[in-house]
Amino acid sequence: MSLQATTKANKVDRLAELTAQSETSAGVSLWREAYRRLKRSKMAIIGLVIIALFVLVAVVGPWVAPHSPSAQLWRGEVFPNKGLFVGPRAGNWFGLDNLGRDEFSRVIVGARQTLLVGVISMLIGLVIGAAVGALSGAAATLGGKVGQRVDTVIMRFTDIMLALPSLLLAVSIAAVMGQSLTTVMVAVGVVQIPTFARLLRGSMLAQGGSDYVLAAKALGVRKRRIALTQIMPNSLSPVIVQATLSLATAIIEAAALSYLGLGNPDPSVPEWGVMLAQAQRFFDNAPMMSVYPAVGIIITALGFTLLGEAMREALDPKLRG
Amino acid sequence: MSLLEVDGVKVHFPVKKGILFDRTVGHVYAVDGVSFQVEAGQTYGLVGESGCGKTTLGRAVLRLVDITEGSVVLDGTDLAKLPEEEMRTFRRRLQMVFQDPLGSLNPRQNIESILSEGMAAHGIGSNQDERREKIKTILAKVGLPANSLARYPHEFSGGQRQRIGIARALVLEPDVIICDEPVSALDVSIQAQVINLLEELQESLGLTYVVIAHDLAVVRHISDVIGVMYLGALVEEAASDKLYEAPRHPYTKALMSAVPVPDPEVEDLRARILLTGDLPSPANPPAGCRFHTRCPWKQETRCATERPELTDDGTGHKVACHWTAEIEAGTVSRTGGEVVGAVREELDDRLPVEPTL
Repeated sequence: MSLQATTKANKVDRLAELTAQSETSAGVSLWREAYRRLKRSKMAIIGLVIIALFVLVAVVGPWVAPHSPSAQLWRGEVFPNKGLFVGPRAGNWFGLDNLGRDEFSRVIVGARQTLLVGVISMLIGLVIGAAVGALSGAAATLGGKVGQRVDTVIMRFTDIMLALPSLLLAVSIAAVMGQSLTTVMVAVGVVQIPTFARLLRGSMLAQGGSDYVLAAKALGVRKRRIALTQIMPNSLSPVIVQATLSLATAIIEAAALSYLGLGNPDPSVPEWGVMLAQAQRFFDNAPMMSVYPAVGIIITALGFTLLGEAMREALDPKLRG
Repeated sequence: MSLLEVDGVKVHFPVKKGILFDRTVGHVYAVDGVSFQVEAGQTYGLVGESGCGKTTLGRAVLRLVDITEGSVVLDGTDLAKLPEEEMRTFRRRLQMVFQDPLGSLNPRQNIESILSEGMAAHGIGSNQDERREKIKTILAKVGLPANSLARYPHEFSGGQRQRIGIARALVLEPDVIICDEPVSALDVSIQAQVINLLEELQESLGLTYVVIAHDLAVVRHISDVIGVMYLGALVEEAASDKLYEAPRHPYTKALMSAVPVPDPEVEDLRARILLTGDLPSPANPPAGCRFHTRCPWKQETRCATERPELTDDGTGHKVACHWTAEIEAGTVSRTGGEVVGAVREELDDRLPVEPTL
């Protein structure tokens, strides 16, 4: 009886609370709702934790690494059957690499290069791609016949870029620009341009045909304003998701380019892709030397992928209650 | 002169084909020569089945689709010929209420932002505070709570959303509002509220409406004059009561006889004209009278060859049919279709009851 009474009282309280909520005048925008859903997603939390750890390591890495990434730490040890490799031991948790450098420190310091490459190349792809896509999408939806021509020209151009295998395109760019970290960032970024451009354009085209855009036209809103306040905000969700996911692919692609020998030539600045490429030669003797940077790449990529997928779910209007 | 004069409006959409270069292979004749006039303060109803072009006609009046031919004259200005920027500023006087209340509101803008959009575009109110005050009075007029301003469309019910759509049109103080199926997406109980709201607003603000709908009861209730559309053209136009009491065009007759009567006895006895076949494709409309492929009174001559004009019978009742007079006099007989009624056979000999609402 008393239990029933309490539940009932609770219900009344809850009802009062809900009514109070619905009477407050602040509305809940779709962005805020998406954020709420994101906070409730386990996938997002795991992804965010991984990313936070990765960013932390990337930022403070050089200061917390137990050794300098380029210092040789042999103590006169060379094993006849294992070559130059020293296995894990106190102070060198991942052992020493073929040049006697502390692998653990190199992995930690290498995170910064990987983050830098990932973020900057994603930004190159996002900024240029989104600008091209927005231009194309706005021209196609609001520009009339001339706009549709412009859109066609831009899209054929991105088709050409998409037709080239991304790695081949990246290698060609790297070949022109020479071997450096900038090359890797530009190459990986350029490869992403058509993806972002097509995605935003397609999304804008879908929104451009919607009733609220027609309503804005009927109201007499200027075209530029329709593009900026009506079409764009509603077209961004897939681009945001793609940006997060492309951080993962950018990291992997950058590693691939470094692996192919197009990355930073400076051996004192460790980078996971370069480490992977170098360790490959000694895979028979010291397989773990390949595993450490590879696991770093995989976990980081996983973190961004998890967050990206969680964001896709949070932003998907079809799941809106 | 009437406030809104639509004269010979045609909207033809090109059908394009081709891999590299688009080639126009034909046209969809969505609206094919429609003329009507709307007097200030009145409501003009447009009815017709799905796909007959009524929505396209509504959008053509607002020039949201390109007008292929003809003119739309509002208060002496031909909209079809206005340059783009002038058309944009002129839109203030001609507004629209959409069918889908949620789809026609930007999900990422709150109500204040949605309602300010049009005012900002036309320079109404010098700052946002002034606009907000105006929006508040309009919200009260359409019966929305004052605390709606910061909320988003998905936080409202269907009826409330349509009120927002109406408020959005009203803030610009237009002369004419085109309502494209304003209530068809709403529950029946809410429909009545929104219709009543539209009527109240018309009375207090002196608005002129063009209401597009397929619901015959709604159109009859709200309209002064009704035009019946079939395959891109008007087949009949008359004052609302006249049209419902004595439809003259065979298509209108069939349409009216499809309205059920909420009295089982009358409903059983009522004669209903069943049309055969489907609405022909507007990409390839039949020659002559558009309706001759389905008309129960199709005659050997003229129907298939000559397109009937919408002609006034002298009382303001306009019909586009060659044989109206003969059909009414009984000198031509039905050649197709089917008239059903009298479900119980023993009642067969009773007179079929005229369709009523």
